[in-house]
Amino acid sequence: MSADLFLTVFVAGVAAGTVFLFAAVGEIITERAGVLNLGLEGMMLVGAVTGFLVNHQFRQLWLGVLAAVVAGGALGLLHALLVVSFRTNQVVTGLTLVIFAGGLSGYAGESVVGVAPPATFEPVAIPLLSAIPVLGRVFFRQNPLVYLSYGLVVATWFWLFKTRPGLNLRSVGESPETADAVGISVTRTRYAAVVAGGGFAGLAGAYLSLAQSPSWVPNMTAGRGWIAIALVIFATWSPVRAVFGAYVFGCVEALGFRLQAVGVDIPSFFVSMLPYLFTIVVLVVISRDTARRRLAAPASLGNAYVREER
Amino acid sequence: MSTHDPGPAEGAVELRGIVKRFPGIVANDNVDFSVARGEVHALLGENGAGKTTLMSILSGAYRPDAGTVSVGGRTMSFRSPKQAIEAGIGMVHQHFRLVQPLSVAENVLLGAPSTFRLAGNATEDRVAELAEAYGIRVNPSAKIWQLSVGEQQRVEILKALFREASVLILDEPTAVLTPQEATHLFSIMRRIASEDRAVIFISHKLDEVMAVADRVTVLRAGRGVATLTIGESDKANLARLMVGREVMFRVARSDHDAGAPRLTVKGLIATGDLGLPALRDVTLEVRAGEILGVAGVAGNGQRELTEVIAGLRPAISGTVAIGGRDLSASTPAERISAGLGYVPEDRLGTGLIPSLGCIDNVMLKRTDEFARGFFINKQAAEAATSELVDRFDVKTSSLHSPVSLMSGGNIQKLLLARELSAGPGALVVAQPTAGLDVGATEAIRRLLLEQRDAGVAVLLVSEDLDELLSLCDRIAVMYEGKVMGVVGAAGADREQIGLMMAGTASDPA
Repeated sequence: MSADLFLTVFVAGVAAGTVFLFAAVGEIITERAGVLNLGLEGMMLVGAVTGFLVNHQFRQLWLGVLAAVVAGGALGLLHALLVVSFRTNQVVTGLTLVIFAGGLSGYAGESVVGVAPPATFEPVAIPLLSAIPVLGRVFFRQNPLVYLSYGLVVATWFWLFKTRPGLNLRSVGESPETADAVGISVTRTRYAAVVAGGGFAGLAGAYLSLAQSPSWVPNMTAGRGWIAIALVIFATWSPVRAVFGAYVFGCVEALGFRLQAVGVDIPSFFVSMLPYLFTIVVLVVISRDTARRRLAAPASLGNAYVREER
Repeated sequence: MSTHDPGPAEGAVELRGIVKRFPGIVANDNVDFSVARGEVHALLGENGAGKTTLMSILSGAYRPDAGTVSVGGRTMSFRSPKQAIEAGIGMVHQHFRLVQPLSVAENVLLGAPSTFRLAGNATEDRVAELAEAYGIRVNPSAKIWQLSVGEQQRVEILKALFREASVLILDEPTAVLTPQEATHLFSIMRRIASEDRAVIFISHKLDEVMAVADRVTVLRAGRGVATLTIGESDKANLARLMVGREVMFRVARSDHDAGAPRLTVKGLIATGDLGLPALRDVTLEVRAGEILGVAGVAGNGQRELTEVIAGLRPAISGTVAIGGRDLSASTPAERISAGLGYVPEDRLGTGLIPSLGCIDNVMLKRTDEFARGFFINKQAAEAATSELVDRFDVKTSSLHSPVSLMSGGNIQKLLLARELSAGPGALVVAQPTAGLDVGATEAIRRLLLEQRDAGVAVLLVSEDLDELLSLCDRIAVMYEGKVMGVVGAAGADREQIGLMMAGTASDPA
């Protein structure tokens, strides 16, 4: 029975980890270009409510997903406008966006709180692959958005490290002066990265409201955006390592509920604390290794770029 | 009084009547400057004379307020560095524009036209080929942060060559090189010029200008003073044009015997910011009444050494002692009261607080002195500061305005004044004249020699070998965190010091 418990934890862990994965991969793109987006939580909320509303209205799951991506990207555009063009403080702007988007999503979703969605993403077994023992059940009997996340991780990795635009983006995040001096547009690159990151956050939100727990409740992200930001540091800005981290966090979240389900007596408040406690532990552990973190972190992360400064 | 002729070959670059103003100063005041193909043209001037500004206009980073830029006979109006690159202008900045975590090949490729997908090996081969053609030694797959400063500079040159620059601008390129590396660079410069390209060499070092340039244009206080061929100029003549008065090349230095060891460090081992070894068993002894110089290319442990002595960086092992008292476990405050003065390289970061005024900055280290119980005795602090400012000739509009508004020379004088006012027995000074004009440099050097004559043990870290040779009694050479040897400054051999800076031990091989 305990082997079975672990298997169900892993299956649920991948499902619960995917929301972190979408958000973290987006944040990696944004931060690799040198922009800190602390508004992730808010962008996820707006994505969640937009996806839910569109699906509710048109009974089109994928249209909901698309709308969520656009909504997240639009908030990303706002963030980019503020921090890249107007050079506002990235930390304060991000925090403000969270509060703004929290209110906005609550207002937009007022009529659909607790309403059952007309359609949801359900697990689909992939032929052949799902027959692999253990791995098949963990990775290949998930909902279609999970499969999309696999593809997006690979695509993001390839884009960042194997293509010329990816090289340009990383250079902008490391040394905007260098990029500018060789003719790469710092402003355009950063806008694109922040909008893309916002789109990923919107996608993460849609995953939450259309697949993971299909419903709309105000503030339903419950801090997952903040965990995703911590996850980026944990993954040392690599989309591939983010996969591992996201599933670890997903499993921690899943574990608490499974333990309760099999009758282990822990208070539900403690269960919902688990991922956050784990986040703190992880941050402390990786902060010990300052040298590695300094090498991995984009060197100009959080700094606005001004050309003719003197 | 510009005396230039059009030059032997077709004009590569022609700047006419360039004016560039920044708030408070005119950096370029109606400057004419022209360079021919096939020549190495030196742009000579003091710090702040406007050399870098003029070249930033040519390379598209700044736009002139007036004047015209023409390249290869065509008038240009660069709106960005990219347009200048496309017109064939390549600039190697003093602070390298390289992306640290990327490889040499990736940096060379960055921004250049190429395919969507990065072709790793093919690119590296192309870069290796290009490097070979110019006799440039560098490994294309190495990451930038693994390279020495000299190697990084060669990557910058490769970047420009890769873009087929017809005009290569080098901004103070030898400041970070050993004498041997500088010679290697000069041969690369000649090679590039021999291909009918133009090389512009920004410098304030007369020997180097005489050694490598065909012609020289002198800037002073933002104005073009003269353009001469090397044949018709000599060092004294150029120095006079550059500074506007006669210059002494050597600082007067009295002979006297040093006293007992005052500042000693033994077996210091410490790591740098990235956790890599920065000091590997450093042992040095500075005697009372001597200046011990520390020579070396930047990044060979000099900064870490000064930080460990000041107590700002923990040592893994080894001891620091002043006057025989072991301070290895002491806090910075305890070291100060034991008689240590510290003038860090980073004047406005570690040395002074930029947004505070002179009084607050002076008080910072002497709070006990100006305390009245829990409160501050502002009058006493103001009186002491104004006395210091007078004595050390610090020019400032107000004792209250932020020190960041003062010039580099005055900032350094204020910092030195504060450190010396405590009457230190030992003084650690890092890069005291970097970026200062000739007047301020002379004043700072004189102050350091006064301290030596008064019996203070001075440890002077500098990248300027000439400065060390003229000020120091002995010179220690550091390479990769080790002391390669200590030589007497009188009659020291530059070549030998250069070899030690590059890692050869002090016994001639």
